[in-house]
Amino acid sequence: MAEVEQGCELFSAGHRACGGCGPALAARLLLKATGKNVIIAASTGCMEVFSTPYPETAWGVPWIHSLFENVAAVASGIEASLKRQGRSEKVVCIAGDGATFDIGVLCISGAFERGHDITYICYDNEAYMNTGIQRSGATPYGASTTTSPAGKCSSGNLLPKKDMPGILAAHGAPYVATASIAYPNDFVQKVERAINTPGPCYIQVHTPCCTGWGFESGETLAMAKLAIDTGLWVNYEMVDGKVVKAKKVRRKPVEEYLAKQKRFRHLFKPARRDDVIANIQAVADANAERFGIDIKAKESSE
Amino acid sequence: MALRVGCAAPPGRALDNKTGAWRVFKPVFDPETCSRCGMCAMVCPEGCVHETEEGTFEPDLDYCKGCGICEEVCPKKSIRMEKEEK
Amino acid sequence: MLEFMEGSHAVAEIVKRCRPQVIAAYPITPQTHIVEDLAQMVANCELDAEYITVESEFSALSACLGASAAGSRVYSATTSQGLALMFEVCFNVAGMRQPIVMTIANRSLGAPLSIWNDQQDSISLRDSGWLQFYAEDNQEAVDLHMIAYKVCEDHDILLPAFVCFDGFILSHTYEPVALPSQEEVDAYLPAFTPYQRLDAEKPLSFGMYATPEYYTEFRYETDQALYRAKESFIKAGREFGEQFGRDYSTLVEGYRLEDADTALVAMGSICGTVKDAIDEMRDAGKKVGLLKIRTYRPFPAPEIADALKGVSTVAVLDKNISLGGGGAVGTEVKAALYGSGAAVYDYIIALGGRDVRKRDIAAVVDLAEKGKGDMFYGLRTEVL
Ligand SMILES: Cc1ncc(C[n+]2csc(CCOP(=O)(O)OP(=O)(O)O)c2C)c(N)n1
Ligand code: SF4
Ligand code: SF4
Ligand code: SF4
Ligand SMILES: [Mg+2]
Repeated sequence: MAEVEQGCELFSAGHRACGGCGPALAARLLLKATGKNVIIAASTGCMEVFSTPYPETAWGVPWIHSLFENVAAVASGIEASLKRQGRSEKVVCIAGDGATFDIGVLCISGAFERGHDITYICYDNEAYMNTGIQRSGATPYGASTTTSPAGKCSSGNLLPKKDMPGILAAHGAPYVATASIAYPNDFVQKVERAINTPGPCYIQVHTPCCTGWGFESGETLAMAKLAIDTGLWVNYEMVDGKVVKAKKVRRKPVEEYLAKQKRFRHLFKPARRDDVIANIQAVADANAERFGIDIKAKESSE
Repeated sequence: MALRVGCAAPPGRALDNKTGAWRVFKPVFDPETCSRCGMCAMVCPEGCVHETEEGTFEPDLDYCKGCGICEEVCPKKSIRMEKEEK
Repeated sequence: MLEFMEGSHAVAEIVKRCRPQVIAAYPITPQTHIVEDLAQMVANCELDAEYITVESEFSALSACLGASAAGSRVYSATTSQGLALMFEVCFNVAGMRQPIVMTIANRSLGAPLSIWNDQQDSISLRDSGWLQFYAEDNQEAVDLHMIAYKVCEDHDILLPAFVCFDGFILSHTYEPVALPSQEEVDAYLPAFTPYQRLDAEKPLSFGMYATPEYYTEFRYETDQALYRAKESFIKAGREFGEQFGRDYSTLVEGYRLEDADTALVAMGSICGTVKDAIDEMRDAGKKVGLLKIRTYRPFPAPEIADALKGVSTVAVLDKNISLGGGGAVGTEVKAALYGSGAAVYDYIIALGGRDVRKRDIAAVVDLAEKGKGDMFYGLRTEVL
């Protein structure tokens, strides 16, 4: 079969993601980590749409899509069925931030409470991209989206990003981690750890979206890295509800990250919005404090 | 080909869609300066960068969308984006 | 051997004997006794199944979908608000051609909230692609579950089915029932062999999306499968009759229709009352009969036209209302009888648990014969 000819590329080329798509890279890396002995359950969203127009699937492993919001429940059923049959495939959900933070919370909460042996991966591109860049519970404070647009009397999304890893850790998940495509090997290792940890595990992987955030397609990884370098994204692991590891950085001011993306352009033009930028800096500072990621205190801030 | 029950399909057919046609810029790899670190192959969202027999790397232009991620991550600056000749 | 038992318990017993490997269900009146019984059977190791205590009906059917796709025979049960919550998943399951069997203990839909019986819930999902079988009594409810699994899992069909039985009227009523033994069920219903499944050895993508080039053809294929289910049902019903002596080889069933001038058309438990009323009317010299619809989906339009040949007046009893459009069954019966010359009238009746007595049936027949119909029957105008 074609995917075999491609060398072990289980997520095949020919998918329809935008050039430079962060989630597409996450899908590839995911299958590198899982190998063939896996069943993937996917939610409606960019990744599902760009990878599975009938009959051109990009998935070289068993894959199922049902709806936008029920992936965790579908996976629960798959896991129960495999258990009954004594089969060994790992069950992995891959779902967007909208599917995860917003509309799918009911199913996720139920699945994690019941303790199914599944790994749930949220690819976080911080909005509903498939439907045209609308706000989700993962959209960061200050970002302009098509449903939280910046305007004369609004500076974009005014709500903070939901702490989904914390919510799932509170369900008793044995392993919860955040990752970023800026560090592909780290993401792969975290997936390996999650699928080999019995019980429901959660990974939230930061996957910048050049189209939705407004930056050049070649900068996808650079943007992911800047998110980490500014403290706006923290890569950490939680075992049994406790943070055991967080990636340390020499933090840069958030402005460096914001200024490169159209979704934050209103913070600089037509007039600088120092108040909003300061609030975003405060988010990064709080992250740094909570996770202890600073290698050394930055001179410029505070 | 008969429709598959329930809109299911076996793997392989995505390769029918040659996304190389989307490209505006194309990556040109310089094997001379390449350190063979493999970063470009690791991060290509298309998975279309392959190792050559010499251990250096090259893109499969049937699928490369010309996004420029490989150029951006290459530590040796061995990849350069060139305007696609159409 | 007849055993005297509650309808829900009888259903749970037969479901157990159909050997589902995964059960996911969420409690809702009047379905609760079924899923409680099944949970107890699993707890007692009488039933070797995974019982997933889901947090909602939406997840119940989603989990069933996953389990079915992974290769297990699955079961669920719900009603009313629970079924409404499953709406999106129902269409999905049918389009993905998963042979899931689900009991519907029929109940009305709010608002206003009502826990009592009518058939609004399942009928509202008539377009979803699920087969819909309606039981007249608990014996038929039991038998239809076995037939449903057989039809659904037929590789030529691959569709889900609702086995509908009226909430409380059947689900909570004690009746004598002949329960087939495990050996008998095994002899009738072979072990589940999935047509295709999620399997690392043989990867497939399930539930892909279809562009306009393909969507119509997938809908066509599913529609065709529903029509093919007629033959499959007849065959499974005949085999059932051969093995158990109770024949289900027809999609509709006539009662004293032979020389009838007026025919009632109905589904579910109301047929029992209608039959008693017909006996009385016949004794009084009225030529009245009943056509019972057993399979609402696929809709047996030619079978209805055939069975009602020669009948001049038809009264359809609709335990549902397509608000702003009349009763759902009546509308389809009218279409089925178009051009036959019969006068067809529709009666919205027995909504939200309103009792129907023999004299109500006689009154409906009177109305129809006077040419009055397409109305709510028995409206309490004094409270309007
Ligand atoms: C019940 C339901 N509501 C809304 C939609 C429309 N819809 C499809 S995908 C999507 C957004 C997906 O967002 P996300 O999960 O973040 O994935 P992304 O597209 O960003 O990768 C929406 C709103 C839907 N398919 N189903
Ligand atoms: S919109 Fe964003 S997430 Fe969607 S395919 Fe394009 S780059 Fe990827
Ligand atoms: S990233 Fe650059 S140096 Fe590394 S293998 Fe690719 S071309 Fe060579
Ligand atoms: S330009 Fe983009 S698509 Fe082409 S090889 Fe480089 S990373 Fe892959
Ligand atoms: Mg998203």
